[in-house]
This record gives sequence, structure tokens and C-alpha cells, in this order.
Amino acid sequence: MSTLTIRNLHKSYGGLEILAGINLEAQTGEFVALVGPSGCGKSTLLAMIAGLETVTSGEIWIGDRLVNSVQPKDRDIAMVFQSYALYPTMTVRENITFGMESRGVPKAAQEEAVKRVAALLQIEQLLKRKPGQLSGGQRQRVAMGRALVRDPKLFLFDEPLSNLDAKLRVDMRTEIKKLHHRVGKTTVYVTHDQVEAMTLASRIAVMNQGSVQQFDTPKRIYDRPTNMFVAGFMGSPAMNFVPARLTGSTSISVRAADGSGATLTLAAPLPAGAPKDVVLGVRPEHIYRFTTDLKARKPAVESMQAPVELVEPTGAETLAVLRLGDLEITGRFEPDEAPVMGETITLGIDMSRACLFDPTTKALL
Amino acid sequence: MSTHDLTVPVAAPATPWRERLDTMVPILVLAPSLAASFIYVFVFTLWTLYLSLSNSSLMPTYGFVGLDNYASLWANRRWNIAYTNLFLFSGFYIVGSMAIGLLLAILIDQRVRGEAVWRTIFLYPLAVSFIVTGTVWSWLYNPVDGIQAFVRGLGWTDFSFALTANRNTAIYAVIITGIWQSSGFAMALFLAGLRSVDPDLVKAAQIDGASVSRIYRRVILPTIAPIFLAVAVIQIQFAIKTFDLVAALTRGGPGVSTTFPAIYVYDLMFQRGQIGEGAAAAMMMLAALAVVLVPYSLWIVWRRRAEGRNG
Repeated sequence: MSTLTIRNLHKSYGGLEILAGINLEAQTGEFVALVGPSGCGKSTLLAMIAGLETVTSGEIWIGDRLVNSVQPKDRDIAMVFQSYALYPTMTVRENITFGMESRGVPKAAQEEAVKRVAALLQIEQLLKRKPGQLSGGQRQRVAMGRALVRDPKLFLFDEPLSNLDAKLRVDMRTEIKKLHHRVGKTTVYVTHDQVEAMTLASRIAVMNQGSVQQFDTPKRIYDRPTNMFVAGFMGSPAMNFVPARLTGSTSISVRAADGSGATLTLAAPLPAGAPKDVVLGVRPEHIYRFTTDLKARKPAVESMQAPVELVEPTGAETLAVLRLGDLEITGRFEPDEAPVMGETITLGIDMSRACLFDPTTKALL
Repeated sequence: MSTHDLTVPVAAPATPWRERLDTMVPILVLAPSLAASFIYVFVFTLWTLYLSLSNSSLMPTYGFVGLDNYASLWANRRWNIAYTNLFLFSGFYIVGSMAIGLLLAILIDQRVRGEAVWRTIFLYPLAVSFIVTGTVWSWLYNPVDGIQAFVRGLGWTDFSFALTANRNTAIYAVIITGIWQSSGFAMALFLAGLRSVDPDLVKAAQIDGASVSRIYRRVILPTIAPIFLAVAVIQIQFAIKTFDLVAALTRGGPGVSTTFPAIYVYDLMFQRGQIGEGAAAAMMMLAALAVVLVPYSLWIVWRRRAEGRNG
């Protein structure tokens, strides 16, 4: 059963089209992430689900109710804002109970609910404080507490972690994931951070320029991106794109650093009607130092030569910038088999994990 | 830039003279205004206090007479009326202009059409001096050629609107005019405050299920509480200084019914040559201000301490 269904949703301001025909759905208990660069319309989409923006055309269903013209308060949703939007003049307790107070929930029930949520989020000791006296992480918890106390059908998160420092962001990310497992509520989570989307979501909608590029599980999005935008947006460092030419039904040729062509054998034949010129997409972690042992383990690995321009050790892994024709690609190596600067390395590219794109339509072949 | 430049110190070692100048500049810049404030506020206040205890008449003299001036001041019925008027006027004027200003600000905040036009219209009275306001309104209040005459001319011949002609209602004519003059100013400040409220707060409250009036009452207005204080403090000092408005509108009349302390002080000091008693009246005005401002500053200090404790 789906809690949220969006059908052919459009939004425009004057002549400017912000959302162009969005189709989405979230199953009950599912965690859907909307991810995309700023200006892609993801926050507008969330605001429309919440009822804070009007619908130009299309349908939004929450449960089995068409909510296009339903007031935010009657949509049975709760929202966590990027700025937290805690009421600055109220204590944490009042912030959490404000919604119940507005809806006329009896005092005793309010007390009960505050106790439950405060225990869940471990904010019991903060209840008497004002938001101004809380740290960023504590405010974040209170904002979630205010949403959780409602027990709504649908949770909406609008970039909730983007105001936290890097370490706290990772901690809170884990916490949100745990919380979702425990509470099991349908959640729509907007973020521009693809790592957040990958780690939290059961399904990700990658958005760009007002439309959903791909709506799928994190694994499918990562392994089989439908187009070059999704491929380039998801993953850090980004996927390498190398122009290549079809030389047979299962082989392509790419330009090496010395200008000569290197022929790589594809793991599977391309569909009929594929263009002669293609773009080879390889994620940095699918580039290895070539050894016979590697070839034995991964038969789809193809080798080619590449000079090493720059090496960036990060501790857990080492990133190397490699020259290929007149472009640079990034490879991600185990530190103990990482190349050194100036070396010309024999690369092993795992072609079974590589993607091929049509350079004109940018779509996956 | 060559690498050699990096080895040169950013600034040459400062000479003692230069260093001293650096520390002197802020003091030099601030000194005149600090000295002026000190002289005008403290020295003149103390001088006035001293004069109020002296037997000064036409010119300041320094024969000490204790609290005689205060006694004779409070024995005067006109002063009692003036002092009562001050509190009556201040109370209605501040509450009235803030209430109307807030109402206008909230209405304009609903994203009305032609917002800039409304804002200008409501703010316009502030651009007019109290003298002009007082004069124009005195014509409006005038039964012979003001609003009363106009409405009667339309046919309602028993219409009566003559606030300034009656000693019991004249003070309200002053209050209404004062409110007209400054509610636009209050509106401008409140509107700026309303616009500074994080729109996410309103959205959060909407999702929380709060009605519009509840959102204003519990979320928006408490957030802009400091603006209420700012408006009130500015209005209070307007109210206590009220002189030109009354001078132009009613000249303190009919009789002495709209006399204000400022007018009374002016009268005593410069018309009747009773500088001692005038100084005593001025000190009473200071006391009226202190009644409001001292608790306010104490409250600020107390709140800061309380926040320090909790934070």
C-alpha cells in the first residue's frame, strides 16, 4: 500500500516551470530521498506535498485522499525544516506541545506524548530550555521531536542536516536511520547530499531541472544510472566519462595518453542500433592496478596504460589522477597498491561494472 | 609577486608615536560626544536639581530653600492637572498608537496590493511636524469651521463634534491627534519586525495546525517582542516631551485642561520668572521618566542574568 502518490505534478511561477510532470510514490514505511543540485525543484516538491505551495496541475495523494487543496494542518504530515524553525520564544517542551495544544489535545495526553518523544530522542534534560540555548545537534533533535510527537502518516524532512558540521552530520544521519527503523513511518527526505540519500533511503528520486531523472533503489541508481546526469551526480569522486568509439559488437576503443587507441572488450554486447560514438562511464573504484591475479578474479577486467598525474592519499584509500587522451580520470586504489606520481601504470578497468552512454541523448545504452 | 616579498614583515615596526596615535584615535573621536552627553545630561540635570532647591526667580540664584519649590508646585491645581494629563496622555497615546500601528502592520503584511502606497500613506503623518499637525487638527476640531460644521452642512444639523471646546474632552482630542501622528511610525517598525520573522516558523505553525490568530499570538508577536519595547520607549519620550503638539492644537486650554508639564515648565521659567519652581517641575518630569525607565533597565539586567544562568 502506498502512503504517498504523486501523479504528473506540475508547478510554475508565471511562465517559469519549476516542476515538469513529477511521478513518485512512497510505500508505507518507506524512506524516499529526493536528491538533486540546488534549484532542481526538490524543496518545492516537498513544500507542495506539505501543502505550503499550491499545485499548478497534477495530483498528490496521501493515503487514499487527494490532498491537492487540503490545508497543511489537515494533511496528517509532520515536517522538519532546514532551519529547524523552532519557535524561539517557547521552551523545548512548548515547542513540542504547540501542535497538540493547537489541536486541543488534553493536557495529560500531551504530557504523555512529550515524555515518550523526549525519551526516544534523549532530550529530557533540555525540555525547560529555549532554542537559543541549544547547540545545533540539540536543536535538530528537538525539531525531530516536534515532528515525531504528532504520529503522522507522513514525515517530511527538508535538508535537515545541512546546518550541522561534518562530524555531527554523520552522527545525526545514523540517528535518523535508526529512528526510522524504530518508528517505521513513511518518510520523504530532501537533500542535496548524495551520500545522505544513499545511506538513508530505501528508494532515491534523483531530480534535475524540475523532473525526476531516475527513481529507484540506491543500488540500482549507483550501478545502473539511467543517464549521465544521474551517473555524474551520485558518487564521490564522480564517475569518469571517457569518449569511446565502437570498434566491433563487443569492443570499444579509447584514446590513451600517447594518442594511440586502446581497445577494451565489453562485458556484454551493446544493443542493436547503438551509435558509433559512445561515452564510457567508469566509477573510480572500478579502476585497479592490473595483475594476472586480478584478471583471474575478475575476468571482465580490461587493461590499458595511463600516466599518473597526481596522487591524493586519504588514509583509507588513495585517489590518483590519471591521464587518458586529453582528459583526466580519477581512480580509487587500496593504499598498498596505489600508484606513485609520475609512474605509468597498467590499469585494470572492470568492464562488467562500466556503463555506456549515448553522447547525444546522454541516456544509458 | 616574488617569493622574496613573503619574507618582508607585513608592516614596518610601529614607532611609539604611531602606536600611541592608534590607541588615541578612538578616544579622540569619541571624546567630544561623550563630553557633550556628560555635560548636557549629568551636569545640567544636577544643576537643575540644585536650582529646584534654590530661591531662583528671574535669574538663577543660589539661596537654599529646601523643598519649598516642590511644595508650592504640588499645591498648584494647574500642575496637578498637567501631571495627570501626562500620565493619561502617555498611557492612551502609547497603547493606542501601538495597537493601531500593529493592526495596520498585520493588515499590510497579508501581502496586500499596492503595499508601498499604503505604507507611504500611513507613514506620512510622521513627516509632518507636530506644529503643523496640531494646527491642522485644531481646524478640524474647531466647531465653527471644522468637521462639525462640515457634517452639519451635509444636513445632520444636530451633529456635535467639539472635543477641544470642552474641558473634559479636550485631552482626548490631543490623544487622538497624537495617535494619528505616530501610529504610522509604529506600523513601519512593526512591519519591519513582521517581515524579519523566519517564514519557516509560520510554515511550521501551519503544519502544527495553528490558526492564523494563534500563529500571530503565540509565534510571530512573541518573536518580535523586542520591537514592542523599542516602539514603547520611543513613544514614551515623545509623550513626555509633548509641547508643540499641545501648543498648536489647544494652547493648553480650554482653561488649563490640556496643560502638560513641558508647557508648565516653559511658563514658569520663561514667562513668569519662577526658575526655582520651574526647575522643580522639570525634576518631576525626570521622575516620571524614571518611573518607566528604571524598572525597564532593571528588568533587562535581570533577564540577562537569568539567561546567563540557564545557558
